[in-house]
Amino acid sequence: MRKLLFILLSGLLSGGIISCGNDGSDGGEESDVIKIGHFASMQGDIATFGQQTNNGMLLAVEEINAAGGVLGKKIELKTEDTRSTTQDAGLAAEKLISQDKVTVLLGEVASSLSLVAAPIAEREKVPMVTPASTNPEVTVDKNGNVRKYVFRVCFIDPFQGKVMAKFAKENLNATRVAILKDNANDYSVGLAKNFQETFVGMGGEIIAEQAYEAKQVDFKSQLTAIKAMNPDAIYVPGYYTEVSLIAEQARDLGITAPLLGGDGWDSPELTKGKFKEALEGCFFSNHYSVEDTTALVKSFTEKYAKMFNGEAPGAMSALGYDAMYIVADAIKRAGSTEAEAVTKAIGETRDFKGITGNITINSQHNAEKSAVVLQIKDGKFTYFATVAP
Amino acid sequence: MEEFLQQLINGLSLGAIYALIALGYTMIYGVLRFINFAHGDVFMIGTYIGFYVLNTAFVQSLGPGAETAVIVFLAAMVGCGLLGVIIEFLAYRPLRNRPKLTVLITAIGVSFFLEYTGQLPFVFGADPRTFPTVVEKTTVLQAGGLVIDSYQIIIFVVAIALMLGLRLLIMKTRIGTALRASSMNLKAASLMGINTNAVISFTFFVGSALAGAGAILYAMSYPKINPLMGILPGLKAFIAAVLGGIGNILGAAVGGFIIGAAETMTAGYISPTLRDAIVFAILIIILIVKPSGLFGRGGTEKV
Repeated sequence: MRKLLFILLSGLLSGGIISCGNDGSDGGEESDVIKIGHFASMQGDIATFGQQTNNGMLLAVEEINAAGGVLGKKIELKTEDTRSTTQDAGLAAEKLISQDKVTVLLGEVASSLSLVAAPIAEREKVPMVTPASTNPEVTVDKNGNVRKYVFRVCFIDPFQGKVMAKFAKENLNATRVAILKDNANDYSVGLAKNFQETFVGMGGEIIAEQAYEAKQVDFKSQLTAIKAMNPDAIYVPGYYTEVSLIAEQARDLGITAPLLGGDGWDSPELTKGKFKEALEGCFFSNHYSVEDTTALVKSFTEKYAKMFNGEAPGAMSALGYDAMYIVADAIKRAGSTEAEAVTKAIGETRDFKGITGNITINSQHNAEKSAVVLQIKDGKFTYFATVAP
Repeated sequence: MEEFLQQLINGLSLGAIYALIALGYTMIYGVLRFINFAHGDVFMIGTYIGFYVLNTAFVQSLGPGAETAVIVFLAAMVGCGLLGVIIEFLAYRPLRNRPKLTVLITAIGVSFFLEYTGQLPFVFGADPRTFPTVVEKTTVLQAGGLVIDSYQIIIFVVAIALMLGLRLLIMKTRIGTALRASSMNLKAASLMGINTNAVISFTFFVGSALAGAGAILYAMSYPKINPLMGILPGLKAFIAAVLGGIGNILGAAVGGFIIGAAETMTAGYISPTLRDAIVFAILIIILIVKPSGLFGRGGTEKV
């Protein structure tokens, strides 16, 4: 009831504000821009994800607008901060849809946060594209129904978990692996589950399964238990804030086995300062490698560095960039900004040449493309192998 | 057996930090009979003081080592001590003669104030920051699977030294005697010519300074800091103080070690997701079975 009241109130308020605005001078300008909303973690535990994604989108918007925009209109990016929390993710999505009246909603990186916004997009019938949420339930709900308005431009957890399991078995010759996952995180639980299924299916053995919860800082109990089992490798599909601490504490306890992870590791903060040594030689699966030398990726990394003070783009930047281009491409093909037409066009994306690979949106609204495995060397993420779907 | 010993060492070094924070709760309770709920956030500010001091050009030029450690500990202890005195002067002193509940609610307000002001982009920001190295970490002992590193030794030595120092301060000095007198009966102490306002300020200074030292030890071991990091250690230290008998200094120290060990053992042998729950379960059990705590005297008090 309170929620209903809130929606009603915010609807009334925003309606009032917008109608006032339209009566005024900017009534004519309304049609000159296409508003794209982005709800992202600009602050908080996974702040670098949100910032990088947003930077990737800003670069894409600048390029698209410089080339004349879409349907003769400029694109305007509206970013709302979710502060890495589920509470604010819902508010941000509601605000972008009901107050800013965005054509397309972009976001989040964290699956837990995208899962909050997906039902809102469905209810409001606004197309939503998540650049980097890999949990399957973001686009296909628990009952197996595809969410009509929600898409993603990245691969999904089963694939990412499978990639790392295959890699551990075939490239590292590991047979006994321990798992340390974040129990309160849909992404981490999903990756761990799919890693386990594939690894056991290939004849490997999961000798220990331990868990933690985000915001914890002491992992020594779990790691001490893992150490007693003497694993060949440890799969830690968490986010970078905790992974840094886990790696340091593992080394303190004398664990030398390599840590393996997923795209949640991809942040410059991961190997900052004293954490560099702890993570040396570890591996994680990712969407693209900054070392890729194809012309498309090279020009992207150069332009990105120029726009953002020499910073190297992470996978999140690349996915943000691709998401924005796919949306622009869809609006172009749809020939209008009308929600149904744009939704249909996004779903019909075929073989789109993105920074993170050739993107085809399938019937499950997921992107089909390959993954790369990166190794951490001297604090840098270096290319190690490509794994096709 | 090795695994058990390792878990015990992990737990005791965590517990030593809880004990330092718990001392602040218990000292302030001893004198003023109220729980300073902002204490955990003073602890958080301590880590940020350390963070900024470590990032100054001068300390950077010294590099990790004993000199850096002394500077950082002193800065955090003095900084937190002064913050404690200021909080007491501005927020609690004007309410000295009001009901205890008013002060308690004010303490919660001060706590929120520190947490959410800290999250503003121009204060600390909400992003976790990486705490720089204070001293290099080395492995001190490696026997079979058992590993003890220099940080665990430092935590232990610093915590025990500070506790002994506190004991000397309270038992052997004039101000310590005044503090003990005030904790027995504040009104009577003031009638005997003790400047109770000075004693209270002193209590806040010492209690908060201990939290500052605990903050640096904590941030050294778990080098990611954020403005909300004080909540959980603060609560656990509070529970440690209750477990030991609130108002009792020895009790706070023992309580800290017990809470640290219980938490690590639960995480290692039962389930890591129960590590916080076990601490609160201890609180509930102690409140039912022995509300005055392990070392506390009887008597009822409304908190």
